[in-house]
Amino acid sequence: MNWLSNFIRPKISSLVGAKKDVPDNLWQKCPSCDGMLFHRDLSEAQNVCYHCGHHLPVSVTERLAILFDDGAYKEIKVRPVPVDPLRFKDRKRYTDRLKEAQAKTKRADAFIVAEGTIKGQKAVIMAFDFAFMGGSMGAAVGEAILVGAQTAVAHKAAFVVVPSSGGARMQEGMVSLMQMPRSIIAVNMVKDAKLPYIVLLTDPTTGGVSASFAMVGDVHIAEPGAMIGFAGKRVIQETIREALPEGFQTAEYLLQHGMIDMVVPRKELADTMGRIIEILMVKAKPYSPKGKSGSGSGLGKFVKGKANGAVEDKAKAAGAVAKKAGIAAKAKAIKEIALPRELSNEKPNDAQENVQQAGQEARAA
Amino acid sequence: MSQLEFEKPILELEAKIIELQNMSGDAGFNIADEISRLRQKTDRLMVQTYSKLQPDQIVQVARHPERPHALNYIEAIIEDYTPLSGDRNFAEDDAIVGGLGRFRGQSCVVIGHEKGHDTQTRIKHNFGMARPEGYRKAQRLMDMADQFGLPVITLIDTAGAYPGVGAEERGQSEAIARSIEKCLRIGTPIVSVVIGEGGSGGAIAIATANKIYMLQHSIYSVISPEGCASILWRSATHAKDAAIALRLTAQDLKELGLVDGIIAEPLGGAHRHKQDTINSVADYIEKGLKELSGLSPDALRKHRSDKFIAMGR
Repeated sequence: MNWLSNFIRPKISSLVGAKKDVPDNLWQKCPSCDGMLFHRDLSEAQNVCYHCGHHLPVSVTERLAILFDDGAYKEIKVRPVPVDPLRFKDRKRYTDRLKEAQAKTKRADAFIVAEGTIKGQKAVIMAFDFAFMGGSMGAAVGEAILVGAQTAVAHKAAFVVVPSSGGARMQEGMVSLMQMPRSIIAVNMVKDAKLPYIVLLTDPTTGGVSASFAMVGDVHIAEPGAMIGFAGKRVIQETIREALPEGFQTAEYLLQHGMIDMVVPRKELADTMGRIIEILMVKAKPYSPKGKSGSGSGLGKFVKGKANGAVEDKAKAAGAVAKKAGIAAKAKAIKEIALPRELSNEKPNDAQENVQQAGQEARAA
Repeated sequence: MSQLEFEKPILELEAKIIELQNMSGDAGFNIADEISRLRQKTDRLMVQTYSKLQPDQIVQVARHPERPHALNYIEAIIEDYTPLSGDRNFAEDDAIVGGLGRFRGQSCVVIGHEKGHDTQTRIKHNFGMARPEGYRKAQRLMDMADQFGLPVITLIDTAGAYPGVGAEERGQSEAIARSIEKCLRIGTPIVSVVIGEGGSGGAIAIATANKIYMLQHSIYSVISPEGCASILWRSATHAKDAAIALRLTAQDLKELGLVDGIIAEPLGGAHRHKQDTINSVADYIEKGLKELSGLSPDALRKHRSDKFIAMGR
């Protein structure tokens, strides 16, 4: 902008007429494949590129909507903590940075704690809001993890944490570092109550966040392509002065190196999580010897790979049959059983009916 | 001996005194007067300098290569020290040293970051920057302490966990997280002393203790002042500002209620008075262990838990 555009242009444009009111963010480019993405299609695809499968970031509220059944959840209040313990000031005051972030995100700090069901399983989710100061962990975030864990224990629900964070919040100095043990104390409460503690590692999970509660989960699930690590790439490169291996610190790399259990595409997250929680929650359910013997081969294993629609329906059907026999198993969990049956000519419609029936039973239970 | 910039006037006077002392054998009598005059001047200057050390100067003292390191302490205060090695999974990591021994007559497990004191030992100990194996060895030793009912003494002195490809591949994050978890889970007392640099996650991995003491001129921080400056000020030249803002000195952290006590260093810092410093540290460890003695395993766990839950409220 200069005097020309400020003073001359407005006059001309007023002659020509006001600019057409067209939002300019209808299309965006996929950062991975450069494919053009239409906003409505993209949001329908849960912000996953429909050309190449690249996972773009989702907001923390979308995240909860994806994971909880029907996108329904109840937000849990977290008591406020003392603000700015250090009276920190760099080029800007920390309190000003906080206010800006609060105005931007309409959130008290970089988290949301919510309760609901994931595929019918009770769960409390504590999710980081990366839009709030890079999802950094200070006392308020530590408090949110504690509140989430305590709620899970009180309601006998699974506890799911979804980090998306650069690490500890520098502006809170050592108070932020102390959130590392504090968060581990929180998740230990969940573990001591024999409730499942699942970590969904999303892009990015680094520093003090990865080196605390995020790496002590019962099950570690990561989203494809998520950056996960302790030290930053630049720091490592400056230390070793060598090129980093390809794919270094990605979810897939960590899977190869044994640090996480699985990399799961966004649209399969809720199913996977619900299934795991249901399997792990046996302690919360009455012992049923009949169901146990009946389930045998199906419960423990899970065949990976995409099933086509019909096979999937049959999987669900098998699941429904299993349900009738009193087995606490999700339909998809026993896809393995269903696969050989593909050869038989069971009608998909029957399967659908069975599934619905099973669903009703589940609700009744 | 490496020199700290702000100590230069003191070091010059000290050099002069030594010079005069060497001359005194063959020259006149008023040299003794001159020496004592210089000594007084040095002492005055030392008091002046060390009574108002700025945070960035404390950072330099905390990193002083002549400061006593973990092995100096262990050698001096742990009888029958028996070092143990290896994480039983992948390797031995000398950045974290530790083993069994007796502290003032009491059987114990001791663990510490060791930086090394010359080129050879610094390389051997990787400058005190541990890889996952170091933290896994620490976990092993803490398990042993738990099994045999031994208190754990940890000596903190690291710039941080090692940032390397292998370290990441073998789960640096997981190793630190599990180490913190282990600290919280064991049923015997843990007393930690920050003797030099308390560098972020790499430090707290073995410092999640019932009692945390800091030497007067040690630092404990979530990030190095240089790292903080390069991120928040966009320039490492602001390290001095960052050192102040981060409140990383013993005094600051005591005020914030994050550490339990400050161990005074003799005038001129630990690097000038190694033995005195080591003795003071030992006294504090004894004090800490005494305060924790008689507590049941559950009470000790609860003590740690309550202590860290309160941090941030």
